Amino acid sequence: MSKTHVTTKVNGDEVEFLCDPRETLLDVLRDRLGLTGAKEGCGTGDCGACSVTVDGRLVCSCLMLGVEAEGKEIGTVEGIAQGETLHPLQKKFIEYAALQCGICTPGILIAAKSLLEKNPAPTETEVRYWLAGNLCRCTGYDKIIRAVMDTAAEMREAS
Amino acid sequence: MHYYKPASFAEAVALAAGAEGITRILAGGTDVLVQMRADIVTPDTLIDIKAIPGTHEIARTAEGGWRIGVAVTGAEMSEHPELGRDWPGVVEAMDLIGSTQVQGRATPIGNLCNASPAADSVPAMIAAGAVLNVIGPDGSRDIPAEEVPAGPGKTTLKKGEIATALTLPPRGQNGGDAYQRFIPRTEMDIAVVGCALNLTVEGDQITSARMALGAVAPTALLIPAVTEVLVGKTLDDDALAALAALAEANCNPIDDKRGTVKFRTHVAGVLARRVAQIAYDRAKGAKA
Repeated sequence: MSKTHVTTKVNGDEVEFLCDPRETLLDVLRDRLGLTGAKEGCGTGDCGACSVTVDGRLVCSCLMLGVEAEGKEIGTVEGIAQGETLHPLQKKFIEYAALQCGICTPGILIAAKSLLEKNPAPTETEVRYWLAGNLCRCTGYDKIIRAVMDTAAEMREAS
Repeated sequence: MHYYKPASFAEAVALAAGAEGITRILAGGTDVLVQMRADIVTPDTLIDIKAIPGTHEIARTAEGGWRIGVAVTGAEMSEHPELGRDWPGVVEAMDLIGSTQVQGRATPIGNLCNASPAADSVPAMIAAGAVLNVIGPDGSRDIPAEEVPAGPGKTTLKKGEIATALTLPPRGQNGGDAYQRFIPRTEMDIAVVGCALNLTVEGDQITSARMALGAVAPTALLIPAVTEVLVGKTLDDDALAALAALAEANCNPIDDKRGTVKFRTHVAGVLARRVAQIAYDRAKGAKA
């Protein structure tokens, strides 16, 4: 099977890779680019652990082919901190202990960041619906929701 | 698997018409990739139509309806400032599908062409009178939405034919549509029963009506007899009772883990009443 050459941007950096057209974007991120933040939970778009943004739009990277990334801008959890400074969501997730095993966390951080960029003042219901596609089997969600709500409030004050 | 990203529909049709084995069209991929992963369908040829100009556009037609390009996603429909004012039922039905992540990729045309009997957006587009625009080796043609699914996973599109857009008719004055489904939870599930209704009124009197049911037969069903039950009437208790009876009488569901025949049939009647009331209120000026 011949491989396809793809040029894309990941977290602002231009990257190139060769991939089989059957490989998902998640496969490419993890196995070809060494970005293991996005996780494979279900591989069928149900759990959200593989969430990334593509041209600013939140998607499951398991439901997109690597070849479709040509010319796109991909955002992953590796890109949300500024150097050593964690993103406010990351700080709040630690403060609230909004994670246990951590498999769902990168996807939830990306999804929550995407929500706050679109809606800086979401209601709790809006947060819960927005994150309905990110499954967590550890926390029972409450700490996650509180961490996102508090981050939103803090980011509103800071801006 | 060969992956192609044609720059025009002419090129896409030539690829599809000339391809051997299994061909799939890739737009949002929320069904195709899942089927590939589960080894249900492994395409020999995958044609990604998203680089074709116009496929991402939602545009007014000359007649005052809407043309939704084949790669337009649920999220883009929900974010559109005007589409949901004309066709709130269609937009809401599409928005019920999957998570935020799925909405970012999933397309209504994919939902129609995947031909699941439980597809949420399909009853709404049938009730709205939507038409699928396709292009193939013999030229273009329009297929009413209700004639696209031929059975679970099967469509009436011929070899080499590719959907280009979905056209919704002009909303016109004093019209409203609505879709509801029953699922055992509040979000992220497959419809046990779905029902869409689209009507117009003059004062309190109904002047036209279209109803469609989902998940109660091998394909989503248009129920033409709804005109006899509703047109010329106001939406009073008698009309609602007759409508529920009509919905129940047209059900031909299966018994499965999601619901029994008896339950699905009953729920079809309940949903018909509810969507009729919402569509009626919207036609009389209630905002979505």
